[in-house]
Amino acid sequence: MATFLIRRLALIVPTLFFVSVIVFGLQQLLPGDAALAMAGEERDPAVIAFLRQKYHLEDPLPVRYGLWVKGVLSGDLGESIRIKRPVRDLVLEKLPVTAELAAFAVVIALSIGLPMGILAAVRNNSAVDYAATMTALWGRSIPNFWLGILLILLFSVQLGLLPASGFVSPSESLSRNIATLIMPAFVLGNAGAALIMRHTRSAMLEILSADYVRTARAKGLSETRVVLHHALRNALLPVITLGALEFGELLSGAVLTEQVFTIPGFGKLIVDAVFNRDYAVVQGVVLCAALAFILLNLLADLAYMLVNPRLRG
Amino acid sequence: MTADTLDTGLEIGRRPGWLALHRLARRHAALFGLAVVVFFVVLALAAPFIAPYDPLATDWRLVRKPPSLQHLFGTDDLGRDVLARVIWGARASLMAGTVSVSIALAVAVPLGLVSGYLGGFIDGVLMRIIDAMLAIPFLVLAIALAAFLGPSLINAMIAIGVVQTPIFTRLTRGQALAVKHEDYIEAAHAVGNPHHRILLRHILPNIAAPILVQATLAIAAAIIAEASLSFLGLGQQPPAPSWGSMLNTASHFLSQAPWMAVWPGLAIFSLVVSFNLLGDGLRDALDPRG
Repeated sequence: MATFLIRRLALIVPTLFFVSVIVFGLQQLLPGDAALAMAGEERDPAVIAFLRQKYHLEDPLPVRYGLWVKGVLSGDLGESIRIKRPVRDLVLEKLPVTAELAAFAVVIALSIGLPMGILAAVRNNSAVDYAATMTALWGRSIPNFWLGILLILLFSVQLGLLPASGFVSPSESLSRNIATLIMPAFVLGNAGAALIMRHTRSAMLEILSADYVRTARAKGLSETRVVLHHALRNALLPVITLGALEFGELLSGAVLTEQVFTIPGFGKLIVDAVFNRDYAVVQGVVLCAALAFILLNLLADLAYMLVNPRLRG
Repeated sequence: MTADTLDTGLEIGRRPGWLALHRLARRHAALFGLAVVVFFVVLALAAPFIAPYDPLATDWRLVRKPPSLQHLFGTDDLGRDVLARVIWGARASLMAGTVSVSIALAVAVPLGLVSGYLGGFIDGVLMRIIDAMLAIPFLVLAIALAAFLGPSLINAMIAIGVVQTPIFTRLTRGQALAVKHEDYIEAAHAVGNPHHRILLRHILPNIAAPILVQATLAIAAAIIAEASLSFLGLGQQPPAPSWGSMLNTASHFLSQAPWMAVWPGLAIFSLVVSFNLLGDGLRDALDPRG
């Protein structure tokens, strides 16, 4: 287990290095003079000179990269030139909103995807299985911003049941918080449900034909107990690991969902930054999204290792 | 079972390509997908002849008119015909899907082949770069790339192509790694074939099937990604029609003109479902164990 752990941790180092190179490298894509491009419409020479100095644009590339990494490691993600605030503060401010939305979406995805995946596997090749396959196809084919628009059309414009946009923090009013998040969380959870359903179905199909499941049935246990107690417990393992890999999809989806429902989270932050040509913010969000993904997958692997007796040794 | 055995009996002696086509033809869902894809391709190619109006022609007397006999899908906020814009919009979507996946394939297949075949240090470094690219959420990276490159359809296609590259590199590498020690490759070595010939003539044809399947599914993902970027204003620039940017405009007029939001979304959804159905069908048809 120790070797597995050390190997797993050692793999993160080069990944982090290349993530930092990619995020830093984004700046090099700016056409022409980077300082001029970053300054945007304000062609104020003082701003341009400040940017030139702030990003050490006169220095050679490796030096600039080194300085940038040094800053990032000490928690300095740069400064937003439009909002005039440190990128770190902006990210920390928006993170809880997206985290709540994502958690809500995961709950919805699990409560649709797991039971459907189990049912589809137990009733393999039945009408239920067919319906589950159709739902999965729908889930991965519908653009989530369009689903969001359709939900707004139905529940806000036509029925007037839910607010079309905006966000109320849970500390202000929990019921209004839920009312503002339910549609976006459903939109995000919809795609997640399709993925979880697919993983659960294939993991369950494999396990239901395993020897120990046959033994459990032979012992005379009820089918419900066999499925839920013996099979599902083991099927959940790969679902968790694969689920962590899909976390990126969730964050990708959150960008558009937050845009459609005007929710002031991580996704809205990057989109607004793109419109404002606030490149340091874009870089900061990309970096944090990657860090979150790497961390989550590490945790999933650790959890897998802890639960899987074969790796515990 | 008997039917299967009979079928396999009939299929013996046919070329693998024919066999796959034959299997594909038996899958109704995949055929339906193919038909819809062909329908959209025809729509895109024949847009100048079949679009009822000029997709760019504005008319202030026709602002946001609901669907009617003159304008089947209604008109938009500038009085343009929505049907004409949906038809012309097929061009941007199909182009974005095929061009970005072609970019990804052109970069990823050679990289993956060499990486898997040679192994060693280069392979190790390349795989860490791939890990890093995959660690950044797909759309977040595409948005960042498109933002830094500047908003245009071309840059959106480049951004999506770049973001899809790691998936294909990993797939190609894994497949190359898997067949590298097969007897027929060893045999090709033994008779003195140079590396490039082994890669192109012996390995590539044997791993083409999963790459083709992935490419079909990747087109579906690329179409959604292009629509997403256009929705955010990072793809096709107005007034040129694209489904994503039409939805962006429509989202400002949901209570006044809901039809503006329905048709472009339905078009994206139909095209993406079709590519997914086709990809799933191809996967089943090309699976040698199927």
